[in-house]
Amino acid sequence: MCGIVGLFLKDKALEPRLGEMLSEMLITMTDRGPDSAGIAVYSDDHEGQAKLTVQADDPSRFAGLDEDLSKALGCDVTVRVKDTHAVIDLPEAKMAEARTALKELCPDARVMSAGEVIEIYKEVGLPGDVAKRFDIPHLAGSHGIGHTRMATESAVTTLGAHPFSTGADQCLVHNGSLSNHNSLRRQLAREGITVETENDSEVAAAYLTWKMQQGHSLGEALEAGLDDLDGFYTFVVGTKDGFGVVRDPIACKPAVMAETDQYVAFGSEYRALVNLPGIEEARVWEPEPATVYFWKH
Amino acid sequence: MQTFDLEANGLRALNEALQAQSQQTNETAWQVVNPRGSHAIAVGLDAPIEVRVKGSTGYYCAGMNKQASITVDGSAGPGVGENMMSGTVIVEGDASQYAGATGHGGLLVIKGNASSRCGISMKGIDIVVQGNVGHMSAFMAQKGNLVVCGDAGEALGDSIYEARLFVRGEVKSLGADCIEKEMRPEHVEILRDLLERSEVDAKPEEFKRYGSARKLYNFNIDNAY
Repeated sequence: MCGIVGLFLKDKALEPRLGEMLSEMLITMTDRGPDSAGIAVYSDDHEGQAKLTVQADDPSRFAGLDEDLSKALGCDVTVRVKDTHAVIDLPEAKMAEARTALKELCPDARVMSAGEVIEIYKEVGLPGDVAKRFDIPHLAGSHGIGHTRMATESAVTTLGAHPFSTGADQCLVHNGSLSNHNSLRRQLAREGITVETENDSEVAAAYLTWKMQQGHSLGEALEAGLDDLDGFYTFVVGTKDGFGVVRDPIACKPAVMAETDQYVAFGSEYRALVNLPGIEEARVWEPEPATVYFWKH
Repeated sequence: MQTFDLEANGLRALNEALQAQSQQTNETAWQVVNPRGSHAIAVGLDAPIEVRVKGSTGYYCAGMNKQASITVDGSAGPGVGENMMSGTVIVEGDASQYAGATGHGGLLVIKGNASSRCGISMKGIDIVVQGNVGHMSAFMAQKGNLVVCGDAGEALGDSIYEARLFVRGEVKSLGADCIEKEMRPEHVEILRDLLERSEVDAKPEEFKRYGSARKLYNFNIDNAY
C-alpha cells in the first residue's frame, strides 16, 4: 500500500493553510502506511536565496552550525532547527559550496532537499507524529506533497521515507513497486546520476531529474517514464512551480483527484479530500492509466 | 425513514444495524449521512431494505449484498458491489476499479463511468454502466451481463468464459478469446429488460454483443511456450 496526498494551490488566500490542509489529508491516510511519513512543501521564493533541508538523528549536531557555515562561506547563513531536521537559508550562489562545507562541519547531516523554495521533512513513524514533530500544520506554501509508507522494496529508515528529492526543488512520492530499478540505477550511474539509497522510488525520482537535466519539462519526463519505468506506480511529483501525477498502464494503485478554482488535490483515496473547502462542488475524477497530468503556476 | 450518521456512530454500528434487519422488518428505508469516503459501508446485508448513502464512499461499498437496494448518492471507491448475490446497487456518480467483481447475482447500475476491471470474474451479476468502462473489464467473466452505454477500454473480456457483454460505443480492443457475436432476438430482449430496469434511455439495437470464442476452454499445445 502507501498513502499519497498532494495539494497545488491556485488561490493565494489558501497558502497560509497549506501545511494544515496537507497534514490533515495525510493523517487520514495513516492506515495505508504505518512505517514512515514525509511532506515536501514549496514556500515563498526570495530572490537570490536558497535553502537546504538536512537531517541528523542527533539534532545537537546542529549547534553552532549557523556560525560555522557563515564563517566558511563568508556570508550570512541562518539555521532553523526543527526536531531532527534543520533548514539552512543561504544565498543561492553559495549552495554548492555549502554542501561541500557541510560534509566537513556536520558529517552526520544528510541532505533531504535543496532548492530555492522546497523543504522536505520525513521520519520513521506515523503521519500525525511526524506532522507534530516538524510543526507541519504551521507551514505556508503554494504546493506540497505528502506520503505515508508501507515499506516493500527497502528498509524502514529516514532515508527510505518519501518524498525523495534528487534535483533542485524536485520531489517525488510513489505508491507501488518498480521491477527494473536495479538496471535503471546502473544506467543512471553511467550518466553520472547518484542514487543514495537502495530504494526503488528514489531511482524513479533520479530518472526524472536526469530527464529534466536533458532539457525536458516535467510533463515530458513523466511521459518518457511511462516507457522506461517498469512496475506498479502512482507517482505524484513536484517542481518549483509545477505539480504532476502519473499512473502506470495497469493502474491498480488507487488515485483520486479533485479540482476547483482554488486548488488541485490528489489523494490515494477520496477520504483524504473530504475536508477540503468546496469539495462538494469540485470536479472529482480518477486519473486515467498511462496519462500524464501536470499543472504549473 | 431511519437516518444513521456514520461520522457520529461509526461503521461497525451501521453494519450491525443494517445486517440485523430481518425479512419482515418494518424499518425498510434507511439513509446514511456523512459517509466521507469510508470503507465497507452497508456490506453483507440480507433483507429487502432500501439504503441511501448520502455522499461518496470508499472501498467495497455494498459488498456481498443480498436482497437490499443500496444507492450511493455520489461516487464509489474500488470494489463497489463486490461479490453481491442479489438485490440492486445504484451508483449515481462514477465507480472506481473492479466494480461488481465476482458478483453472483443482482443488478449493479453505475450512472457515471466505471474504471478498470469492471465486472472482473463476474459470476451471474448484471452490470449496467451508463458511461464508459476502463481496461480489462469483464476479465475472466463467467456468467451474467455487462452493459456499457459508452465506450470500453483495452482488453475487454480478456479470458472470458461465458457472460454477455453489450457495448454501445467504441471498444478500444478485445482481450484474448473475446469476439464480437451476433445480436439475436433473445439478446435484444435481455438487453431491453436490463436497460428498462436501470432506467437507461437507450435502444438495444444500438449495441453490439461480445462474448467468448471458447478457444481457451481446452489446452492447446500451440499456446504453450
